[in-house]
Formats: sequence, C-alpha cells, structure tokens
Amino acid sequence: MTKYRINKTKFVDQTKTVSFTFDGKKYHGFEGDTLASALLSNGIHLVGRSFKYHRPRGIMSCGSEEPNAICQINDNTDLTEPNVRVTEIELYEGLKASSQNCWPSLNFDIGGINNLISPFLPAGFYYKTFMWPKSFWKKIYEPLIRLSAGLGKSPTQPDPDIYDHKHEHCDVLVIGGGISGIMSAKIAAKNNLKTILIEDKNTLGGSTIYQNNKNFIIDNQKSNEWLMNEISELEKLDNLIIKTRTSLAAFHSYNYLLAKENISDHLPLNKKNGSIRQRLWKIRADKVIVAAGAIERPLIFNNNDRPGIILANSVKKYLDFYGVSSGLNNTIFTNNDSAYETAVSLFEKGISVKIIDIRKKSSSNIVKNAKNLGIEIYWNSTVVNTFGYKKIKSIEIMNLSEDGSNVTGNKNKIQCDCLSISGGWTPMVHMHTQSGGKLDFRERDQVFVPNEKSENHINVGSCNGDFELEEIVKNTNNKVKKFLNINESGFDKISVLCSKELEKKNIWLLPNTISEGKTKSFIDFQNDSTAKDIKLALREGFKSIEHVKRYTTTGMATDQGKLSNMHALGIIADTAGVKMGTLGTTTFRPPFTPLTFGAIVGRSVGKFFDVVRKTSIHEWHVQNKAKFENVGQWKRPWYYPINSENLHEAVQRESKAARDSAGILDASTLGKIDIQGTDASEFLNRVYTNAWSKLGIGKCRYGLMLNEDGMVYDDGVTTRLGENHYLMTTTTGGAANVLSKLEDYLQTEWPELDVYLTSVTDHYSTASICGPNSKKILKKLFPDKDFSDEAFPHMSYQDAIIDKIECRIMRISFTGELSYEINIESKYGKSLWENCIKAGEEYKITPYGTETMHLLRAEKGFIIVGQDTDGTMTPIDLQMDWIVSKKKYDFIGKRSLYRSDTIREDRKQLVGLLTDDPNEILEEGAQIVSELDKKPIEMIGHVTSSYFSPNLNKSIALAVVKGGKKMKGQKLFVPMENKNINVTVSDFIFLDKENKRINA
Amino acid sequence: MFVINCPYCGERDQSEFSCGGEAHIVRPKQPTELSDDEWAEYLFMRKNIKGVQFERWNHAHGCRKWFNMVRDSSNDKIHAVYKMGEKPPAI
Ligand SMILES: [Zn+2]
Repeated sequence: MTKYRINKTKFVDQTKTVSFTFDGKKYHGFEGDTLASALLSNGIHLVGRSFKYHRPRGIMSCGSEEPNAICQINDNTDLTEPNVRVTEIELYEGLKASSQNCWPSLNFDIGGINNLISPFLPAGFYYKTFMWPKSFWKKIYEPLIRLSAGLGKSPTQPDPDIYDHKHEHCDVLVIGGGISGIMSAKIAAKNNLKTILIEDKNTLGGSTIYQNNKNFIIDNQKSNEWLMNEISELEKLDNLIIKTRTSLAAFHSYNYLLAKENISDHLPLNKKNGSIRQRLWKIRADKVIVAAGAIERPLIFNNNDRPGIILANSVKKYLDFYGVSSGLNNTIFTNNDSAYETAVSLFEKGISVKIIDIRKKSSSNIVKNAKNLGIEIYWNSTVVNTFGYKKIKSIEIMNLSEDGSNVTGNKNKIQCDCLSISGGWTPMVHMHTQSGGKLDFRERDQVFVPNEKSENHINVGSCNGDFELEEIVKNTNNKVKKFLNINESGFDKISVLCSKELEKKNIWLLPNTISEGKTKSFIDFQNDSTAKDIKLALREGFKSIEHVKRYTTTGMATDQGKLSNMHALGIIADTAGVKMGTLGTTTFRPPFTPLTFGAIVGRSVGKFFDVVRKTSIHEWHVQNKAKFENVGQWKRPWYYPINSENLHEAVQRESKAARDSAGILDASTLGKIDIQGTDASEFLNRVYTNAWSKLGIGKCRYGLMLNEDGMVYDDGVTTRLGENHYLMTTTTGGAANVLSKLEDYLQTEWPELDVYLTSVTDHYSTASICGPNSKKILKKLFPDKDFSDEAFPHMSYQDAIIDKIECRIMRISFTGELSYEINIESKYGKSLWENCIKAGEEYKITPYGTETMHLLRAEKGFIIVGQDTDGTMTPIDLQMDWIVSKKKYDFIGKRSLYRSDTIREDRKQLVGLLTDDPNEILEEGAQIVSELDKKPIEMIGHVTSSYFSPNLNKSIALAVVKGGKKMKGQKLFVPMENKNINVTVSDFIFLDKENKRINA
Repeated sequence: MFVINCPYCGERDQSEFSCGGEAHIVRPKQPTELSDDEWAEYLFMRKNIKGVQFERWNHAHGCRKWFNMVRDSSNDKIHAVYKMGEKPPAI
C-alpha cells in the first residue's frame, strides 16, 4: 500500500491491483479506483497546466464538475480521447493517460511564461491586442497561441467503436442515484410504476454513501449504513431499471430526455472488443423526478488554484470511498459546517488537520464534535495567500474585519500539503432549467433553487435546495408521494437525527491586503479567469452577465462553469451593488457534460448515414462502369466512361451519339404522382400555369408549377391516362415536396375537389430512348405497334406489351430529339433496359448519364428547375410566357405574376450566352458584368448552365441577367480570377429552333 | 420535442410532423380582384406571436393529413388539435 492509501473501504477492492501509466510512467491502483483516486494514492496532484497562464494544476473535485484535471487517454491510438476528466475515468488495466496543455513536459512548461507576463494578459486581451495589425493575426499571433495553448489532441483516425441509440418509455424517470433519488425510485417502483433510475457514477449512493458520522443518523443507523440497506432492497424491485454509468445529457420539453450510458469505457482494452462503447437513451417519461444533487463551491482567494487545493467533500470521498488521503497534513478552509465532516473523518484516521472558518462561530453538533476531538479552529479568518509551485506547501491566513470586507491583524503562516476548501453548495438546477423551468434566488443560502410550475417534473434533495439530511429525507418523501399521488410510502415513519447548520456566512471574493490587480483569485480555473478580469469587464462597461461571461470567457470551458458561475454572478452583484436575484443567471444548455460525437450519431455512420435510393436498373449501370452522382437520395448514372475517358470526353461522346443515332437514359428517378378523381382535370388547371381541361385521353403535356408568390417551383410532363386519371412527373429532387404541397391545397383550400394523389415513383422504372434511330429501335421492341407520326404522334402515350408484361410508352422529349420513354413495373426495369440495349445494338445505342442529359437539354434551351431557377424566377423571367394561360381565372401564383415587383423590367431574365472564343467554357455560377472600368463593378447576373456542345462545336451557356430579354447581341463580360471573358447575349435555344428533330 | 395528438392517428412524436405556419389564413377566392397590398397581406404577413397561436401541422411521416393545432409558443403547451374545416376552439 502506498503511504496515501490509509483506509480500507467497501468500494475499492485492495486485493485486485490495476496498473496504468500517466505521462509514460507506470503506477498501480486498485479495482474500483478512478484515475483521480489512483493518482492521489500515488501522491500525484499535478496533472495539467491551465489554459492561458499554464499554471500547474491538480485534481480539485471528484466528479463531472472537475475544471483542472483533464487529460488525454490512449494517445496515439485510434481510441484516443482528449479532455477527459480524470475524476470520471474508472481505472482499468493498461489505461494510458497523459497530461495536456503543456509543452515540452508537464514539469517544465514553456507556456508558463504567460504566467510571468500575466499582468499584460487581462480580460479581452485577445480581442484588444491581436486585432491589430490585421496581418499579424494569421501569421504571428494565432500560430503562437495555438502552439502554447489548446486543449487535447483530436483523434486523427476513424473511431473504431460502436455506438448505439435506444428509445425507452417509462412512467417515472429518476435522475440521480443519491439518497433522494433512491427514495424516489423506491416509492415509484413499489407502487407499480415502471421506473428508471439513472446515475452517472458506477455505484448508487451519492455523497450519503460515505457519510459515516455519528451526527447523521437514520432509523438508529449511520446514514451511510442505512442507505446501503436501502440500495440492496432497491435492487430486488422488478419494475425498476437501474442504469449506472448513465448521465443525463438533456432534458427537453414534454419530458423527452437524452441520457448517455457508458457501456465499455471502464473495461480493459482486451475486454472492450466488439462491445458497444456508449448508448444514447432517448427517454419519454410520464413523470420526471430530478435528484441531481449539489456541487460544492470553491472559495475565491489569492492563489487558490495550486495543486493540493481540493474541495473539502471531495477530500472526504477520496478518504472514505476510495481509502486515499489527499495529504498527510491537511488544512480545511470553509464558510460552512459540511467541511467539518471531512475534518472529523481525517482526524479519526490519524491525519493532522486544522480548520480555518470565515464565520465567527458555529454551534452545530458536527462543529462541537470537531472541537471535542481537539481539532484547532481559526474562527473569523481567511486565507490570503498560498505557496508551493507544483504542490501546496503553506498558506497565510489573517483575521477578517467586523463586516468581512477587509482583513486585519498579522499574517499567520500554516504549513500543509493539502488545503480542503468549501464555499457551500450549489444545487444542480441545470436539468430543471433545461426543461424550461425558472429559478428563484434564496438569500439565506445564496443559491438559486427551482421555481416549480410543471405538473410533470419535480426536483428533490439538494438540487431543490434541501441541504440538511432531515429535510432531504422528509421533503423527498412528502413531495414524491404528492407528485405520484401515493398515500403511503414506507418512509412515513422514518426518524432522522442530524447536525444542523445555524450560522451562515458567504463572501464571494475574500478580502486581501494587496490590491486586486496583484492577486490571482481564480473563478474559472479551466479558462483562467480571475476576479480581477470580471471587475475589469464591469469597469469597461459590460453589464449583462452573458456579455461579461463571453468577454472574460468565464464559464465557457469544457466544464461549462459548474464551479464558477455562482462566484462570477456574486462578484458582479457585489461590484455593481445590486442584489444577486435581480441579475438572472446564464443559460444552462445541454449537454450537461460533453457528449462524444459517436454517441450523438449512433449507428448512422458509413452506409447507414442516409438512405440510398437505387433504381431497378442500378446493377446494370454498375456493371457498365457508370460514375454516379447523388440527386437527393438517389444514385443516378452521371456518365459512362469507356477506358480512360474523363467526364468531358465521355459526355462529348455520349451526347454526339444521342443526336446522331440513339442514346438511352435511366429516367426512373423522376417523381411520379398518380392523380385520380372526377375533379382531376380541374385540379391540374389550378396547380399548373397552363390549361388542362382540353387535353385528350392518351396525350401528354408539359406543365410549370409556381409557388403562390409566382416563382417557378417545379416542372414536368403529365399524361392523361383516362377520363379521370393522370400521371404527373416531377423533378427528381422535388417529388416529395410537390406531393406534400399538392396534398396541402387539396386538404385545406379545395377540400370540395374529388381528387386522390398517390406517389408511384418507386412503382415504375423508366427507360428513355432518344435520337434519330429511336423509332427503329422501338419498332424492334414492339413489332406489332404502329410508330408512324400519325398513329403515335409527339406528346402522346400508348399502352404496350413487352415479354408479356404491360408497359406504357410516352413519346416525349427532354433532348429535342425524337424520343420515347417506356415505363414498366419496377421489377421488370432491368430486363426492359437490357432488351432496349440489345435492340439498339445495331444502332450503337449509347447509355448516357445526367451530365449528357443536361448538355442535350441546354442545347435546346430547356430549363432545369433548381439549376437555372433559384426560387426568384417567374415564368416571364424565363421567357416562358407561352405556358402561362391568359384565359384561366386562377391558378397557384397567378396573382403574383403582376405584382409591382414581378412586372419590373430589370428583373433577372434567362438568356443564352456565347463566348467570343468558342472554345472557352464558362464556369457555372460565374458573375456577369457589363462594364469593367466602373468601380464598384455592378454584378448584373450569373451563369446558370454551361457546356461545350459537340453538336454545335462551340461553348454554350444559359444565364440570368438583369433586363436580359432586351440585350440580345450585347457584349458582356465574365470576370474571372486571371482574365475577363468576353461574351455575347444570344437566344437561349442553340439548336434546332424549328423543332424539326422531334419528328426526324 | 413535443408529443402531438394527431386527430387521425393519436399521440405521436413531433419528429413525424412538420409545421405549416399560421392557421386560418384562407386563400382569397378571387385573387385577381385584390390590390397588390391586399394580395401581399395574404401572401406574406404572418403573426408568429409569443403566446397562444393557431398553427397548421402535417402528419408528414404518418397519415399525411393536415390539421390545426393551438400551441403556446412561450412554453410549447398544446391546448388543442382539431381537423381542417372545424371551428377553432375558444382558448
Ligand atoms: Zn396522423
């Protein structure tokens, strides 16, 4: 046993040795230790350097509030994790931990120079100094700061661990496994309510489980012993799920809560294999009981940050839970009674201990207990300085003046190797406020407590501001009974005896003989912000707590100011001369403790990241080496390179083939909506800009759909399959939104219409064959069918049969070529496609992808909604006046087409652009200007589509240009990084203006 | 994250729904007879108040039905849900 492991406890198995390394050196601890307790048992306090001044820092607490002792674990492996609190890591065989924030080493840190020049590093220093000169920031200041500061190292390899999500519903969720949480869970579960109890530590019991003082008695037993029995009874209950190592991350409205369970973090590396690392629970609870406890506060005095300065109750936990004494010559500095429990326990184990109390007296039983043992108490005193660079060696104390605002008398020096501090307790109101609850300030204890208004959650125990054991037990019992509507709990006749605190005193910033500017009284230990910084911020005019917080970075470190927020508020209130309660608090946002990205994303990684939609022809595309592009969730063939062709070469070949002979496109992804009902024609009249009533059965028509604001929303061809039956196609990306918009109008504005909409996108696969030889190929596929222009004209459809399977043939064209689209039930898509390829072989039928499709339609000046439009283009802007019915009384967006803004002549309008150099291809998105000399240059438009057309042997582009309709023939410029490209506005139909090819 | 009581399906998680903004704004029957200002009033002006408001919701990942909901935007309390075409409850 090391000389600091002085006690045997139930919680650490001292027969099972566990070895670990810290900064490369090997140490031993025991099963049940945390990394913190194991380090302390080896006499190690110094574990890191502070963020700004690189001051040596040690372990300060025993839980998630720890600001200082954070480290990197398993460095240089794919399992590495930065900024882990050593107080929360359960020790396992082979654990490798290393300190952060220090270079070149923990014991000699060059950044410590910041500590010496700290008078020049006040609050807002970075904002003030490094702003100027601007160029210095990027080249000098930032690299310097990054080298010497920064938290741990991010992992550089993919995370090999598995994470999980699970949904859970329950009647009652209890947050926190301390005494009040245990009582609550027992009452709920015993009354047949499905109950979940979550606790972030690996054992239940909170701080009562090591409260072993004879002044705290429940039913004639010491409180820890009574609680131990309660826990073993609790574990027998059926309808109670106890989740240890599970911390609440967020408490959302409607009792929706997120909790993170650590499943294998505490296991040795060789036992983690294949196990899930963490699970995120998504819990919907009927009732929530928050029993989150309280966190002990530090005291704010000069040099209060040295290694060896530890919160008093944490010292007690290390002693009575882990069996480790944090020092052998302990001094306690307190403003309240709770630290006396630590003093008594240390004394009883033979550790030398003295107490410094800022109060003038205390007449409670626990203080009498300490006095009777002969523990020396310095009343009405404060620590004014501490000494010892890497670990505390001594302190100086002075008497407080009558009102506590100053110090008097002589300095008294006391030697110690551990200073246990206690500034009272702060209720953990985070959960309550996250759920939307408000807070009240309680003057007597200088704490914020929940102002409970919700019917569906309550706070019990010290998170509700109950600090005395008796009130915790009694109030928890009464409150939970009322909340769950229960008459008898089993705790109704319980007897509690406890020491009660009668004298209270709080000083947020303890006085000193030297001026504040020369002290280092830390408030936020992790971010190194001091009382001086907060006062400076106030002097500089910051008033709001949220502003002071950001300016000084108080409360903005990875611990989110669990220890610092109250003192920051207190010092602001004192300095500004206002009452604490009137200042409000900063907002407590989820998560309560940092969550790993892994826990957040769960299984949604890799191929599970998003849904992938593939057409039934997909496998053929893969076999034929297609390159794919993502269109929404769809994988669409982008181009089909042959040998070493690049995109450009493949597209040139594909588009030439489609115009010269035959091309084939998988058009299955286009959205398809089946429309039926006696009012189907009227419905289409209302949603499209053009007229639909007169469309004959068997005919197809192109339609443009607007938003109510007159802007183009979607387009596509709709086919009339029967008297009351249409098949609408939409853009691939817009399908879901179009359906939802149409449903909206049907259900809310026009419920009188007899129309039914069904999404059939996935029901059909579509092969689109185009080119002058397409008719011959169709004839081979359907020998019995008459494909003459008279029998089967452009913009019409016919039913057909191939291989005994019914299909629909639409003669429609998005390329300007003679073109047919064959729709067949999805499961036959691939065989249809293969038949088409086979039939087209003699015409060298060429499969083409989306890129060639885009090029072919651009040659014809057909728009793509979402590429040539951006939600600000009307049909008039697109020069598509022809599709806007003048006769129809109304359709969606009609009224907006003559608002004062939409009839402006200088709106951006669709034009064609030709580069003066026909080989120059414009960049899509490039800006267009009319003058190069005038500054600032006015941007008058931008390029929306641009290609090199192999069929025209020149570069072509579509663009939107202010007042473009009237600019035909005008010279414009496209300024690029290294040159200005000269362009001429042209018609946007570049090929076959007479539409001859459609009937070729 | 609310629990919404769809009038057609019952209680479901909020993630199944999408919000369609302020309710009871009726599309004018004769838009062509409206001035620019009157049309703009219909098209653009929405209240979005802090407090009790009437909203349109769609059970997008469920029955696909639109319905109305009375919600207090200050605390997310849902006071009522009712079908399209039904009269709003007195709140
Ligand atoms: Zn529904």
